[in-house]
Amino acid sequence: MLRKLLIGTMLGSALTAGYAASTYAAGGSVEVLHWWTSGGEAAALDVLKKKLESQGVTWKDMPVAGGGGEAAMTALRARVTAGDPPTAVQALGFDITDWAKQGVVGDLGEVADKEGWDKVVPTALQNFAKHDGKWIAAPVNVHSTNWVWISKKALDAAGGKVPENWDELVAVLDKMKANGITPLAHGGQAWQDATIFDAVVLSLGTDFYKASMIDNDPAALGGEKMVEAFDRMAKLKSYVDKDFSGRDWNLASAMVIEGKAGMQMMGDWAKGEFLKAGQKPGSDFVCIRFPGTQGAVTFNSDMFMMFKVGDDKKAAQLTMASDIESPDFQSSFNVVKGSVPARTDVPDTAFDDCGKKGIKDLAEANSSGKLFGSMAHGYAVPAAVKNAMYDVITRHFNGELDSKAAAAALVEAVAAAKG
Amino acid sequence: MADATMTGRNALANPRATLQDLLPKIVLAPSFAVILIFVYGFIAFTAVLSFSGSKLLPDFSTWVGFSNYVRLFNHPNWIVALKNLAIFSILYIVICSVIGLALAIFLDQKIRGEGMLRPIYLYPMALSFIVTGVAWKWFLDPGIGLEHVMQSIGWESFSFRWIKDGKMAIYTIVIAAVWQSSGFVMAMFLAGLRGVDNEIIKAAQIDGASTFVIYRRIIIPLMRPVFLSAFVVLAHLAIKSYDLVVAMTDGGPGTATWTPALFMQKFTFGRNEMGMGAASAIIMMMMIFAIIVPYLYSELGGKKK
Repeated sequence: MLRKLLIGTMLGSALTAGYAASTYAAGGSVEVLHWWTSGGEAAALDVLKKKLESQGVTWKDMPVAGGGGEAAMTALRARVTAGDPPTAVQALGFDITDWAKQGVVGDLGEVADKEGWDKVVPTALQNFAKHDGKWIAAPVNVHSTNWVWISKKALDAAGGKVPENWDELVAVLDKMKANGITPLAHGGQAWQDATIFDAVVLSLGTDFYKASMIDNDPAALGGEKMVEAFDRMAKLKSYVDKDFSGRDWNLASAMVIEGKAGMQMMGDWAKGEFLKAGQKPGSDFVCIRFPGTQGAVTFNSDMFMMFKVGDDKKAAQLTMASDIESPDFQSSFNVVKGSVPARTDVPDTAFDDCGKKGIKDLAEANSSGKLFGSMAHGYAVPAAVKNAMYDVITRHFNGELDSKAAAAALVEAVAAAKG
Repeated sequence: MADATMTGRNALANPRATLQDLLPKIVLAPSFAVILIFVYGFIAFTAVLSFSGSKLLPDFSTWVGFSNYVRLFNHPNWIVALKNLAIFSILYIVICSVIGLALAIFLDQKIRGEGMLRPIYLYPMALSFIVTGVAWKWFLDPGIGLEHVMQSIGWESFSFRWIKDGKMAIYTIVIAAVWQSSGFVMAMFLAGLRGVDNEIIKAAQIDGASTFVIYRRIIIPLMRPVFLSAFVVLAHLAIKSYDLVVAMTDGGPGTATWTPALFMQKFTFGRNEMGMGAASAIIMMMMIFAIIVPYLYSELGGKKK
C-alpha cells in the first residue's frame, strides 16, 4: 500500500517535472487496441511504436483483426464493462461520441491546449475528437472517400480526358465498355456501395449532402434529388461486371491495376494497392475527385480515443497523444498509410502527387466549409442510422428496389433507426 | 431384497455410506452452479436487456417496455431473416434426413468396405462451418469456381450463379449445410438401423416381404425416435445458423441471406442496438424452446411409463 502510494507520488512528480521541461516522456506503458494488422497498416503503426519506445514508453499491442473494427469494438465493450479499459483505442466517428457519452474517456486538454490543436486540426474533425469542449481523441489521419482511381491506359484508350462532371463520366465509362473492359471495378459489399453513394450524393450538391446525409432532413432523404441519386447509382451498377457481389475492395483495385477494369471509386486507402503494385500516380494511374465534387471532401479519420486511466499511466498516455499530433509523425505515418495528415500545417514535400492533391483539397474544403463527414464511414450519422441507410442502398444496388421506392425506404429506415 | 439391505446399511449411519450419498451431489454442484449462472442467469440478463433502452453498453436506467420487440418485427431485415430461416430450416432438415436415411440404408446392406465409406461421409462434420462456408463460397463463385471451370473445359453456356443472385443465394447456403450435416444424420440413422431387432426382419422375410416393404413398413416406423432426435439436432442447428452464412455471403447480396442469428450479432455489436439485439435473441430462444421442450417432454414422459 505504502509502496503504491510512493510510486504514485513519484510518478506524479515526474509528470510535473516533465511539464516543466516541456516533454511528456516519463516512461510507463500504453496499451493500444487497434485493427491495423495488414501489412501496410502495421508498418504505418510501427512508426508510432518506435517513436514512443525511443521516449521510454513501452507499447503493449492489443490487435483485434477485422476490417471495419467491429471485432475490436466488441473486445472494447468487454474491457470497459470489466472496468479495465486500454489506454488508447483506434476508433471512428460516432463510435467515439457514443463512448464519450458513457463517461469513460480521458481528457487530453493539457497537451492539446499547450500544442494548440484547436488551430491546426480541421473543425469538422474536432467535432468528433472533442466532446463537451474537451479533447478526448487524437486524430491520426484524414482519409477522403470521394476519389476515383482510373487506369491511365484505359483512360487514354477512352479519349484521355479526365471526366469533370456526371455526363463526361458516363461518356468515359461507355467508351471503356466499348473497348471491352469492365468500366467500373467494384466490390458488392454494403460499405462499398455506400462509399460510392456518398460521392454520388455529394455530386448533386454540397447542401444536398449536408441536408440528407448529416441532418437527415426527410424532405431531402425522400425528395426528387434523392431519386436522381439512386438513378445514378443504378446507372453505375450497369458498368460493373457480373461477379461484383461480395468482392473485397482490394481485389477491385487489382482489377484496375491489371488493366481488366477502367476505374474504381474508393477512398484513398486504395492508393496503397496501386503503389504496392509498383504503379506511379500520373503515369500508370490517375486520381481525381468524383466528377462534380472537386472542392468538397467527404472524410473518414482514424483517431486514437483515449480512455480514463490511472495516474500511473496518464503520463504515457499524454506522451502518445503528443507524438501522434507531432508534424513529423503525421507526415511519416501518412506517407506510408496513403492518407493525409490530420493537421493542415504539415508540409507536403514527402507525399506523392495524389497525396499533395489530397492535402490541398482538404485545406481548401476546410476553409470553404465543404468538408463533410462520410456517411459510409460513420462520420455523418451514428451506427444505427448508418447501417439502416446501408440496407436501403445495398438493396437498391442489388436491384431489389427501384429508385423511387429506395428514396421512400430511406426516409422510413432512417426514422425507424432513430426511433 | 437388495433395496432392503441398502436401507439397512444407511440406517446404521455408516460414514462411508453418507459420503457415497453426498459425493454425487458434491461433484455435480460446481457444474450445476456454473450452468445456473452462465446459462440461465444470462438468459435472464438478456431478457431484462430486451426491455431496456440499451444501445452501446447495457443500460438499466431507461425502460422501454415492448418497444424493442415492436421495432424488431417492423424491421424489414428481421422479416427477411425469418423468411430465410423458414426456407433454410425446412429444406435443410428435410434434405438432410432424406439423404442421411438413404445413405444409411445403402450402407446397411452389409457391403464391402463399409468401414472405409462411413468416415468418408462423416468427415464433413469434422470441419467447422466457417471452413465449409469459405470452401463453398469459392466453389460456387462464378468467377473462380464451378461455372468458371465448366466454361474453361468447353461447356461455354454453363451458368450457375445462385450465390450472386439475391433470390437464390439462400439455397446455396442450404447446399453447403446439407453437404456438411448429411453424413452426421447418416451416422444417427445407421445406429438406429443396427438397433432394429433382426428377429422381426427375419420373420418378415419368412412371410415373403420384399426388402422395400420391410424398410417401409417395419424398419423406418421402428426408427421413429431416431427421426425425432435428428429433427431436434438439425432444427437447433438451423436456428443458430450464423457462421456458415457469415463465411459464405455475410448476409449478401444486399440483405438477401440474413438469418436471425446474423441479425442478432449485427444489431447488438455492429449497430449499437443492444436492446433490439437482445429482443431478437429472446425470440430465437423461444423458437428453440418450442422445439426442445416438447421433445424433452415426450422423452422424459415416455420413460415414466
